[in-house]
Amino acid sequence: MSKIFKRPRSMKDVPTHYCPGCGHGLIHRLVCEVIDELGIREKTIAIAPVGCAVFAYDYWDFDTMEAPHGRTPAVATGVKRMLPDKFVFTYQGDGDLAAIGTAEIIHAGNRGEKISVIFVNNGVYGMTGGQMAPTTLLGQVTATSQFKRRADKEGYPIKILEMMSYLPGVVYLERTSIFSPKEIIKTKEAIRRSFQTQLDGKGFSMVEVISPCPTYWALSPIDAMKRIEKEVIKEYPLGVIKGN
Amino acid sequence: MKTGTKTRIDAERCKGCELCISVCPKKLLGKKGKVNKRGIQYIILKDADNCTGCALCAMICPDCAIEIK
Repeated sequence: MSKIFKRPRSMKDVPTHYCPGCGHGLIHRLVCEVIDELGIREKTIAIAPVGCAVFAYDYWDFDTMEAPHGRTPAVATGVKRMLPDKFVFTYQGDGDLAAIGTAEIIHAGNRGEKISVIFVNNGVYGMTGGQMAPTTLLGQVTATSQFKRRADKEGYPIKILEMMSYLPGVVYLERTSIFSPKEIIKTKEAIRRSFQTQLDGKGFSMVEVISPCPTYWALSPIDAMKRIEKEVIKEYPLGVIKGN
Repeated sequence: MKTGTKTRIDAERCKGCELCISVCPKKLLGKKGKVNKRGIQYIILKDADNCTGCALCAMICPDCAIEIK
């Protein structure tokens, strides 16, 4: 009997260290499903970030490298230039990509490096204890903005995709979420299109996935999904920002 | 109505986040107070006969704990 739904082959059969209801496990699985369906597992090299997804190499059954904080696109650039026939993607969180590694991601996009980026945006630094990230919404309480984030003091939530859409080297940008099965299917399609962009040799592509952090939003996993639907996607509108 | 599908929930993988309960269109999933080795109340399929195998629960599960065949 064929299975309707099973763990993808590229995902190791081990428990993850993520909190209950965390979006990382789900996005790991979507990446693995797309890699299995495209049949590129043998030539994939993933670059793991620093952040909650730092142990991604324990869960993915393909070659994975670890890069220092925010330097993931720089490492991916080196790997892709040395091994242009390999498929190289990076997997980064918002503290890693939008704060520490802003320079790396902007210039990797500007150079039009032929890599794919999965950007998981949950609006807090999850690994270090829920501090405010540049992507934190105005009015949100975090460990370092205990009296709510204010625009006059801490600035506004940064929209990396809109910033990068002006760079000619960037080919495909899409923002998706995972708050419902419908959005999960759309996210998988976005990841597939991003990976296909690289396989076709077109250039830089990036998918931003709005993900929940129930622990540091101090919400139940279900309420965290509802918060994305009601609040977060108003600040970060979903859809294709650049490309077809 | 039996559709011939079989839904299996891995109790040791489940972290009890209840996202699957929230998406089940027939509300067939729930908790029964049983705990796994990690001390987490895991999810069980309360009514296997009415399950159509739509796989929405498996799709939203962050831990790949649900398998459908």
